Amino acid sequence: MTRYIVVRLLDAIPTVLLVLTLVFIAMRILPGDPAVAALGDFATPEQREAFREKMGLNAPLWQQYLTFVVNSLTLDFGASMMNGRDVLGLIAYNLPYTIELTIASVLLGVLIGVPFGVWAATNPNRAPDSAMRGFSLIGYAVPDFYLGALLLIVFSLNLGWFPINGGGEGFLDRMHHVFLPALTLAFIKAAFLGRLTRTALLEVLGRDYIRTARAKGAREPRVIYRHGLRNALLPLTTGLGLTTLTALSGSVAIELVFNRPGLGKLLISAIAERDYAVIQGGIVVFALFVVAINLAMDLAYVLVDPRIRVS
Amino acid sequence: MTPDLLRLTDVTIEFGSPKKPIRVVEGVSFSIGRGESVGLVGESGSGKSVTSLAIMRLIGGRVVQGRIEFEGRNLLDLPASALPEIRGRDIAMIFQEPMSSLNPLMTVGDQIGEALLLHGWRDRTKRRERTIEMLRLVGIPNAEGRLGAYPHQFSGGMRQRVMIAMAVACEPKLLIADEPTTALDVTIQAQVLDLMKTVRRELGMAILLISHDLGVIADVCERVVVMYAGRVVEEADIRTILTRPQHPYTRGLLRSVPRRGHEAERLYQIPGSVPPAGSIRQGCPFRDRCELAVSRCAEEMPPMFRFGPSQSAACWVTAAAEGVTQAGAAA
Repeated sequence: MTRYIVVRLLDAIPTVLLVLTLVFIAMRILPGDPAVAALGDFATPEQREAFREKMGLNAPLWQQYLTFVVNSLTLDFGASMMNGRDVLGLIAYNLPYTIELTIASVLLGVLIGVPFGVWAATNPNRAPDSAMRGFSLIGYAVPDFYLGALLLIVFSLNLGWFPINGGGEGFLDRMHHVFLPALTLAFIKAAFLGRLTRTALLEVLGRDYIRTARAKGAREPRVIYRHGLRNALLPLTTGLGLTTLTALSGSVAIELVFNRPGLGKLLISAIAERDYAVIQGGIVVFALFVVAINLAMDLAYVLVDPRIRVS
Repeated sequence: MTPDLLRLTDVTIEFGSPKKPIRVVEGVSFSIGRGESVGLVGESGSGKSVTSLAIMRLIGGRVVQGRIEFEGRNLLDLPASALPEIRGRDIAMIFQEPMSSLNPLMTVGDQIGEALLLHGWRDRTKRRERTIEMLRLVGIPNAEGRLGAYPHQFSGGMRQRVMIAMAVACEPKLLIADEPTTALDVTIQAQVLDLMKTVRRELGMAILLISHDLGVIADVCERVVVMYAGRVVEEADIRTILTRPQHPYTRGLLRSVPRRGHEAERLYQIPGSVPPAGSIRQGCPFRDRCELAVSRCAEEMPPMFRFGPSQSAACWVTAAAEGVTQAGAAA
């Protein structure tokens, strides 16, 4: 087991390097001159040259690459080209809001999706199953920014139950602020997880060991939860990882709609302002996040499946 | 005579939609006495597994007719909520596929322990002791050390031993074994069969052994019920079946068992195959493959004729040849 974990950790290293390389290349082939973007159209060629020199843009490409990789790995992303603020500081301020949104939406998605899926799987081809199918169809079809706007209009503007924008201060207020955006993302996740739970559980319930469980006198709830759902957790773990990743990318649009701070919103405004340092830093952190989630998923398998644990 | 432990009377089972039912088992009757070991033999598709699952009420099909009485109680009348108390405690079952019949995420100790827990073994320490005792009984070396092992750490034969330990942990009165050795190597087969005999002797339970292999059944059972195309076609004690089979199908089965000293000969096979479920509407289901068939066989399903105190078979031709006229199942 220790071996498995070590291998997974080592596996993550090339992934991180590859991600950094891709970010580096993407930033270099992006159209536009950072010096122009930062100093404006009226800067003199001398000023631009001085800017490039200062930013290290005149160094050979391989040297820029090395500096970039080393700086990224030490989380040194430099300063914003727009306002000179420390990029790491900007990320550190915004990241918790995105993490909070991601966790809340995944939790809500699991709480809605999994029981719904169990209900559908234990009543195949009957009303609950049809309801599940309809729900997941809508969940897949409705764009998150549209659903977000809809919820915002109904529950914040019309009913006034939830705040309209911002991230909130203090735990309760923050939970209050995160609820609607999280629910928006959770709706889509619940559709995905519900469908996945239904399929996985239905398959597991047809297995021989389920018949064995019934044959030794287990009652249905025990058969479904202890024997069925636990085995269905294997595919569900994969799904959970995937859906957490989509929560991250989904947060970009949702943070805009609900006008709340977050990594997605930071990135979007940085792209609009061509703030290369912030874009670079933001993407690297995003990518590290994705790698971390994948790693967490691999480790979750260990907890769920003894066949990985004991071999 | 002591009352039977299990008695099936005229059991008919259908699958498919109620509007277009497919009859898989028709009019099956047989009984098992306390501590008796009975074999249920037949080809694939003869309805033997369906019949055994119906006793546990674990089938997707419907029992549309008949009675399945266990200690005088008709199991078919019981509400679904009453079944878990019977399953595992009164009647236990082991299955053909030891590789897939154990939960891969639970330790074998927990799986055997669960059977005990479900039937009143509340005390954790006692449950653990009993689990170890059961693992020893089925011959698992280092029983105590293997409690925390997972099914994937066991071989097929060892898993079937675990299945047997789990099934007999609560000392059921009847153990149904559905092709318990079919998926195993021949050498392991013999070990598992010996184990079943040992366990039966130690715990004094009745066994219903389902197999397509008369050799396996002859090894373990005292009495045999032969099924063909969803019907019982012959029933007798094992000696009589082996020496004087009366149904042409049973004779065919016996002739297709390989025998020592006859290896050079081509093994007999019954021509044709089992008719698809529900396709026989009239007459004897075996007539198309039968060497003895006469015109009456196509018109009328033969009843069970009584050939002797412990033998009955459903064949017009052999009954006439033996001068048997009395219908009715063997005692």
